[in-house]
This record gives sequence, C-alpha cells and structure tokens, in this order.
Amino acid sequence: MVGLEHYLTVAAALFVIGIFGIFLNRKNVIVILMSIELMLLSVNINLVAFSSFLGDLVGQVFTMFVLTVAAAEAAIGLAILVSFFRTRGTIDVEDANVMKG
Amino acid sequence: MTGTDFNIVLPEVLLAVYAMAALLFGVYTGKDKLTGALTWATAALFVVLAFWIGVNGEGERTAFGGLFNDDPFARYAKVTILLSAAAVLVISLDYLVRRGLARFEYPILITLSVVGMMMMVSAGDLMALYVGLELQSLALYVVASFRRDSAKSTEAGLKYFVLGSMSSGLLLYGASLTYGYAGTTLFSGILSTLHHGAPLGLLFGLVFMLSGLAFKVSAAPFHMWTPDVYEGSPTPVTAFFATAPKVAAMGLFARLAHDAFGAIPGDWSQVIAVLAVLSMFIGAIAAIGQRDIKRLMAYSSIAHMGYALMGLAAGTALGVQSMLVYMAIYVTMNIGTFAFILSMERDGQPVSDIASLNMFSKREPLKALALLVLMFSLAGVPPMVGFFGKFYVLKAALDAGLGWLAIAGAVASVIGAFYYLRIVYFMYFGQESEGLESRMSPAQWVALVGVAVIMVLGAVNLLGIDPAAAVAAEALVR
Repeated sequence: MVGLEHYLTVAAALFVIGIFGIFLNRKNVIVILMSIELMLLSVNINLVAFSSFLGDLVGQVFTMFVLTVAAAEAAIGLAILVSFFRTRGTIDVEDANVMKG
Repeated sequence: MTGTDFNIVLPEVLLAVYAMAALLFGVYTGKDKLTGALTWATAALFVVLAFWIGVNGEGERTAFGGLFNDDPFARYAKVTILLSAAAVLVISLDYLVRRGLARFEYPILITLSVVGMMMMVSAGDLMALYVGLELQSLALYVVASFRRDSAKSTEAGLKYFVLGSMSSGLLLYGASLTYGYAGTTLFSGILSTLHHGAPLGLLFGLVFMLSGLAFKVSAAPFHMWTPDVYEGSPTPVTAFFATAPKVAAMGLFARLAHDAFGAIPGDWSQVIAVLAVLSMFIGAIAAIGQRDIKRLMAYSSIAHMGYALMGLAAGTALGVQSMLVYMAIYVTMNIGTFAFILSMERDGQPVSDIASLNMFSKREPLKALALLVLMFSLAGVPPMVGFFGKFYVLKAALDAGLGWLAIAGAVASVIGAFYYLRIVYFMYFGQESEGLESRMSPAQWVALVGVAVIMVLGAVNLLGIDPAAAVAAEALVR
C-alpha cells in the first residue's frame, strides 16, 4: 500500500536533487533551469499528496498556480539565457564570472 | 459580496489594468518615444494611488474569503512602496534616456512588480503570498537584465534568476509542508492550528519559508546574490532593488511571522535574530574592501536589512513598529543616495568607482554636503534621522529581552560607520585626481537635496510617520 509518507519521501528526494543540481553543477546553465523545475515539481507532488490525504481541494488549486508560474518562470529564464548567450557566446556556468567579490 | 471584494482590491486591479493598457498602447503607437511620458504617467499614478490608499482607507477588511487583507499594516507598506517606486522612476528617467535604455517596457515592468508587492503585503493566504511574490520577482528578473547588450547586466539577470527561483522553491516547499500539517493555506487557519500545539512538520515549513524570504530581503547567509546583482544591473534598476522590493519582502516577513505563526513567536524569533546578527556583521565587514559604490550599497543594504530584522526578532508590536519606521527611513535615504549615484559620470560615461569622488567637495560643495548628510544618516550618526531608526530597533530588541542582539547591533553599526565615513573622507580630504562630473536632472537634484534636508529636519518628529507605524503594528500584532 502506498501511503502519504511514500509520496513525501519521493518529493523530498526530488527537492534535494534539485538543490544539489543547482550548487554542484559546474557545467551548463540549462541543467540549472531543469533543477529549478525539478524543485517546483517536487512541491507539486507534496501538494497533491497532501490534498488527497486531507480530502481538501485547496492543495490541487495551489498546484495549478504553481504550474502556471513555473511555466512563466521557465520562459523568462530561457529569455535571459538567450541574451546572456548573445553577449558571451557560451552558457557555461564557469563563464558567468565578470563580477566577483 | 463579490462587489465588495473587488472594491477592496481596486487599487491593485487598477494598476494591473493600467500596465496591460500601457503595454498595448506602447506596442501599437510610438514605442520608445513614449517612454518619458509613460514614466511620468506611471509615477503620477503611483502617487495618486498612495494618497488614495493612505487617506481613504480605514478599518480592517478582508476580501475573497480571507485571501486578501486590507488593514493599516498593508496600507502603511503600500504607501511606502508606491511613493518610493514613483521617486525611483522619476530620478531614473534622465539616466535611461542618456544611456539609450529608455524603452517603454521599463515603467510597465516596474508597475507589474509594484502590483506584486502590493499583493505580498496584503496576503492572507499562502497562495496569495506565492502569486504576489512571483509576480514581483518575475518582473524584477527581467529588469535586472534590462541592458541586453551588456555582459554584466545579463549575467546579473541570470544570477538573480537562478538564486531567486531557488529561493521561491524553498519558500514553496515550506508552504506545501505548512499546508499539509495545518490542513489549510489560510493564515488565520494556520494560526488556529498552532493554538492546539505545533507539529514538527509545521516547524519545518516555517523554517523553509523563512529561508526563502531571507533570500528575498537579502539577509545573510542568503545574501550572496546581492553584490553581483547590484553591481551588474543598470543603476536605475539597482536603485529600485534597494528600495521598494525590500519594503515588500520585509512586510511579507512580518505578516507571515505574526499573522500565520503568531502563536509560536519563540520559534521564529530565534531564527530571525540569527539572521539579523549575521546580516549586520557581514554587511558591515564585507563592505570595507569594496571599491565600487554600487557593490558598497549592496553590502550596506544587507546590513540595513539586519537592523530591520532585529526589530522583527523582538516579536512585539513595538518591534514591528520600529521595523516599519526603519524601512521608511532606509528607503528615503537610499533614494537620495541613488539620485547621486545615477548622476556620477566622467567624460559622459557612468562611473561607480569610489575613488572618483576624490576632492568632490571642491567642485560641487552643495552636492557634497548633501551626500555627507546622507552618509552620516546611513551610518546612524546623530542627529540625522538614520540614527533614530537604529535607536528604535535597538530599543525594541532591548525591551523584548534581546540585550545581546542590541549590543551586537551597536557594535556592527560602529564597524559599518567606517566605510560610510570613508566616502566622506574622499570627498573632503582625498587626493587630487581625475575628477568626477555630476550631471543632474532637476528631479535628481530635488531628490538628493530634498532627502538630505529631510534627514536633518526629520529629527524633530520623524515627519509624523511614527503614529502611522504604531497603528500599523497594532493591526498586525494582537
């Protein structure tokens, strides 16, 4: 029987993978965008699992909002990445180093 | 029912409709030729709405079944946000036009982020909180990379986007845990759950949400994006980052802490106290080595957020009141300082090097004097208004039994005074060197000198913001 705790465990694992994807990844900015998406999706799993467990629809409404905002966020992230690529000719994380301090 | 609800959110609806109408209008007509008119119109609309909200609003009302609050706290924050955004728009216009950045999207994006901020400070529900926060952040990511052809600006936008989205993710994860363990997303529902004991899941949710918000207010140890983003963004955008969004995020911080988690002040006040100490010291110490005035202002804002958080850490009505007064003072000082930074140039090129201020007082005595007043005020030297802001939060912390925090704050403010005074030293006693021109539009001149005068005269009665802040704090802390 799959219960609430299983869903929460999967979501927590995905969330941690997302965070590590942002900090350990030294290569490509696209991977960072994917990690961000992973974090938001793990939250969605959490919300839907809680919603079904509590028998309360608010969690699913929240999920709809998160999905919409995640789509807008991905669009803006890619747009910024395109203008970054135009000025620099690369999307490596290590090359994002004009400013240091 | 619905009519009343829409009546309560009318200012936000008006601004959102205005932003969309302006966007269509801009696209179909003269495009960038309209920027000047649009900027002034937007600033005028902000000021009108601020007066409308400030004068007309009374009592406490909620809309949409508790999703949206209209209380004195929200109104105080909204008036501060609207007026500071209007001031920043007006002082930025000259810079934008002369650097070829005057695109008509700029005032529209600022308007959208202001709508988001107004949502944030009024939020009565985790969903309203999240949507408001994202509306603000998404608009800010775009303006950070507004100078599309500059490597610095796009890099700043990218860094801000990645770290900002991650902080939204943290906040959202906390929100999902809070929803699961409280069974509701309404702040009032979370509060009544907490009255029957605090499950561990809720505490986890609280910590995640606090760290997400700490990112947004750039409190240490979540501050690492701030210096890079402040340095890389175009200066008008930096000026905006340092003012209105900070008020909104701090307002959201206070609302979440008191409205949703007000039953367990002991749990969050420790976390906020640690954030405050770290921010004050990191802001003060890391700024010493900076040579770029925009980076310096970034560290300065980290330190100032530490003081505002100190007021919040007290967990009392006086603490919230001192935080609100501090934020209003901080925003005013930053508007004046950035009005000057926007005007710094040499041979027609913008400069942000601190050493370029050498012997500035010889060339422009009045501006140098105004900047001196602002620097003293930022450092918290009496009798400037900045001193009273710091005094207030220290007093709130002391009254709440956080003596160690108040002492740490006093020590950090002494360390921090060094780099503010160094700017003054450069202006008055520096070496002769290649000079700095300060070409100011009338709006910038008025902002710089006006704020400097306020910093001196405001010491009389803080210009009457104190009673308003007291009413606002009473509404939040019950």
